[in-house]
Amino acid sequence: MGVELPVSPRAPLSALDVRIRLICVILFSLVAATLQTPGALGAATAFSLALVAAARVPVKHLLQRLMVVNMFIAFLWFFLPWSMPGEELFRLGPVQVSGAGVGYALAITVRSNILVLAIIAFMSTASITSITRAMGLLRVPDKITYLFFFTYRYIGEISSERTRLVNAMRVRCFVPTTSLHTYRSYACLVGMLLVKSFDRARRVRMAMLLRGFDGRFPCLDAGRISKLDLISLGVLCLILLGVLYADRC
Amino acid sequence: MQTDADEIIRLEKVTFAYQGGPVVLDRLDFSVKRGARIGIVGPNGCGKTTLFHVIMGLIRPSSGSIRIFGREMTDERDFRLARRKAGFLFQNSDDQLFCPTVLEDVAFGPLNLGGLPAEAANAARKALAMLGISDFENRVCHRLSHGEKKLVALAGVMAMEPEVLILDEPTAGLDRGTRQRLLEILRGLEHTCIVASHEMDFLTQVTTTLYGMADGKIDMSEEVTVHSHVHLHAGGGYRHTHAELDDALSPMACSRPDSSSGGGE
Repeated sequence: MGVELPVSPRAPLSALDVRIRLICVILFSLVAATLQTPGALGAATAFSLALVAAARVPVKHLLQRLMVVNMFIAFLWFFLPWSMPGEELFRLGPVQVSGAGVGYALAITVRSNILVLAIIAFMSTASITSITRAMGLLRVPDKITYLFFFTYRYIGEISSERTRLVNAMRVRCFVPTTSLHTYRSYACLVGMLLVKSFDRARRVRMAMLLRGFDGRFPCLDAGRISKLDLISLGVLCLILLGVLYADRC
Repeated sequence: MQTDADEIIRLEKVTFAYQGGPVVLDRLDFSVKRGARIGIVGPNGCGKTTLFHVIMGLIRPSSGSIRIFGREMTDERDFRLARRKAGFLFQNSDDQLFCPTVLEDVAFGPLNLGGLPAEAANAARKALAMLGISDFENRVCHRLSHGEKKLVALAGVMAMEPEVLILDEPTAGLDRGTRQRLLEILRGLEHTCIVASHEMDFLTQVTTTLYGMADGKIDMSEEVTVHSHVHLHAGGGYRHTHAELDDALSPMACSRPDSSSGGGE
């Protein structure tokens, strides 16, 4: 699984300036995280699906990423339905499953999926350098930009390194079994991954320092915010206000 | 399709392109007979490494067929059997070594082939001795120099006693001394060999047949071209020869016309 989704240059959302998209993501996240009522959650879900369609995200990649998110959420379903007090929905032996618990777990599931869909829709059609540039232009603290950029960079590097090491094992006829040799080999793989990644990080840092890096990310091109960007932001704000109103009433 | 009992590797109409990239192997045909020592020459990016990765089953072509040791390669199981007899040396030895010590890394292959730890250690020591690096046994792989890593990687491949050796740019980044050592080792082996390189001098001393690779295909015409190299340096007007050229005109390389010296010869 690659780190970047295949970018569709003709997707409607690709036309928006990356700064506007970042602001949209932040506003959407703030609103979506607070929604409680089924009606508002339903409307927000429909809206985020429409955004994903507008971004023309490939379905297979979308489902892969949603699966990762939902694996974490699945843990919550093991605890919330019977740990929250409330009216009993049904019994599973000695364990009482409450309606409030199920409702809460469901709300978290829906909110998380809405958030991930919106982030994918807005940001998957932007390259990492344009996102970093946008963060700089929006005056996000440099340290956060730094951490974000290098986390991305090194996930890709570690993934490539892992592929190379696994190929080296395959080429010498390694077949995983339940044996001490297999566990030892995987331990070597993980150890080597850490050692090589650390070494590479040190070399990259030296290269950056030698070119005058001082923790900031200056931009070559500031980009332009157009009327379309401002109108889109305005429309999004209206939709979010409407959803919020529906939720509070 | 006619099959030759002596044919170790056969690729027919193999096509491969990296995701989102141009076609690297374009309906490529390639055949390697037992005992052959083949050099593949081509510039960077022509697909030599891709070709080898396809032969070793690390990547799958979009079309075409691959037969290794007479067996059609259809899935990972087939390639696993082929890898027991085909040794592959990566271009970058850093990618090949991953155990803490040299002995453990060289013994990794024999252990995978089902050897007991003691047998694998013996096989590793034998391979290290063959390459003259027995003293590397307890050294940390990660801290070896580039040339030392290359020799250890080769030992790791030789310890599995392969029938065919596939070497991807074996001299890349090596100093003259290590290069010479590698040359001597390879010239002393009797294995079937496929070597990819863009160093003509090395190829002409280690292999007996040269094929060019371009446009995603291998040119197996074995056409020979007479050519000369022009160069200049001080004293060129005086009658002279070049020591490196004398090496190149050794018996191994004498089967084809080679570069002629410039100047007064």
